[in-house]
Amino acid sequence: MNWEAGNKIRAVVVDDEELARQVLREFISAHAEIEIVAECANGFEAVKAASDRKPDLLFLDIQMPKLDGFEVLELIGGGMAVIFVTAYDNYAIRAFEVHAVDYLLKPFGAERFEAALARAKERLGGKIPASPTPPSELATAARPPAQYLDRVVVRDGASVTIIPVAKIDYAEAQDDYVAIAADGKKHLKQQTISSLEAALDPSRFLRIHRSYIVNLERVGKIEPYAKDSHIAVLRNGTQLPVSRAGYARLRAFLDR
Amino acid sequence: MHPIFSHSRRLLFYVLIWIPIAGLVSYLLVVPGAISWRESLLLSGVLCILTADACLAVWYICRVMPLEKTEFGRLVLTHLAGAVVVSGIIVYVEILLARLMARTTRWFPGLATRLSPEVPLMVGVAIATYLLAAAFYYVIFALEASKQAEARVLQASVLARDAELKALKAQVNPHFLFNSLNSISALTSSDPLRAREMCILLGDFLRRTLGLGEKLTIPLEEELSLVRSFLAVEKVRFGARIQMQEHIEKDTMGVFVPPLLLQPLVENAVVHGIANLVEGGSIRLDAKFQNGLLAIDVENSFDPEAPPRRRSGVGLANVRQRLLARYGNRATFDARTEGGRFCVAIRLPAETEVRAS
Repeated sequence: MNWEAGNKIRAVVVDDEELARQVLREFISAHAEIEIVAECANGFEAVKAASDRKPDLLFLDIQMPKLDGFEVLELIGGGMAVIFVTAYDNYAIRAFEVHAVDYLLKPFGAERFEAALARAKERLGGKIPASPTPPSELATAARPPAQYLDRVVVRDGASVTIIPVAKIDYAEAQDDYVAIAADGKKHLKQQTISSLEAALDPSRFLRIHRSYIVNLERVGKIEPYAKDSHIAVLRNGTQLPVSRAGYARLRAFLDR
Repeated sequence: MHPIFSHSRRLLFYVLIWIPIAGLVSYLLVVPGAISWRESLLLSGVLCILTADACLAVWYICRVMPLEKTEFGRLVLTHLAGAVVVSGIIVYVEILLARLMARTTRWFPGLATRLSPEVPLMVGVAIATYLLAAAFYYVIFALEASKQAEARVLQASVLARDAELKALKAQVNPHFLFNSLNSISALTSSDPLRAREMCILLGDFLRRTLGLGEKLTIPLEEELSLVRSFLAVEKVRFGARIQMQEHIEKDTMGVFVPPLLLQPLVENAVVHGIANLVEGGSIRLDAKFQNGLLAIDVENSFDPEAPPRRRSGVGLANVRQRLLARYGNRATFDARTEGGRFCVAIRLPAETEVRAS
């Protein structure tokens, strides 16, 4: 967090409904110390505004075109105070798992708004500890419970790519990142391979190696390589190493 | 419970029925000339008392051998054997009695001997009444079963209706309400007149929706005006993002359809289609006659890459279930994506009058 007491709080308002943004604008206008640096009507705009303008405070709707609020948060990482603003009360638990400052339920009054703002200021002033979750784990926290991903969102600067999981060929661990191979391209995402593995449907994706997850539909054949190890050859010709444990998992899957 | 024992009036009626039977048996015993009236009345009285008791007990046999669950041969065999055994015992008791009467008193000399030609008659009466009783009980069982079946049908229809009402109530999506209230909240300071207008639109929509729960069918025209009042509210929220095209054949307006048939489809089109599109999109609603059926098509643009939403498809599943429950295979419901648009096609009987059920 780069906000210092005495400076203006730079805020971004994200909601696809103009009237909903208007309510926030009106309540914020009573506070001279807050400046709205951007208003966004969808998830892509929100990611762009967050990376370009580096706001201190984000008012974030959940259900919007392009990306939902959780995906936006996953892509921009921590680094700012987030207040969710939504008509849906069933996301509250997830919201706090991703360390939102507050969760405003529409319609809300000035009093409730002030309380949320006070919490945000405490967070920005360092009185409430900021997100202890590293950005690479936010994706896991933001995932709906007991539900596997049906798409993965990846950000490269201000541009966002949405990858339906069916298009993923494989994923490869690269330090704190995973490289997701899909449609002949590789997309880097700040996430550990274990947390990506946990988010993918285990009946479609398998961890074949410490560093590799493969889409089972893409596997063409498995060949012995050296002693105790194999390689998986994908239909597009890509060769991936298979560890001994990975081979056992593959066999268990194929024998089912 | 035993159908005769359980009611004192029936028991009295049962006893009274046996008096003419006893009289008839007495007469039949007297006719051959060997037995006097006094003797025959005594003997037939005892015979009928025993048989009447035995017939009451037949109910228990019938109950453990229900008609529909017992093999026919076994049923006939059991009851015939029962009838023979019961009548045998009764007639044997009768002969013993006749002997006793002849031996211990001087008023009935040689009664047992005089009675022996009448044994087939007495056996016949006992067997016939036994079988009659069994038939009577089976008739009662059948009546009771049909009464119960009727009650079950009634109960099932009450349950189905109850479920339908619950489903209808669940149709009013609370998030639609909360978002609309939020829009009103925004307008109160910036544009009080429009805020008031929206309150009226929302009130209008809610009143219509809540009123529909009690009706089984409504004219398509009424459903359409519900759809329009729903869209009027949504247009305040989404502004120019929603475009609506209606192509309604005029004659279809009077066709009766289940209430809340189209509104959930249009709501689905807004929530899962238009709301996910940055620039908005269009909803097209068609109603026409096709092969004697009412054909309704709702289609909308949508973003195939939209973030997944909860509650997805609940509204559609609900409409499908209600259609099937009401019309069975006379109605069809089909939802698919075609050329980047989501299309729902409904075909249902074109009823132009209110049906009772």
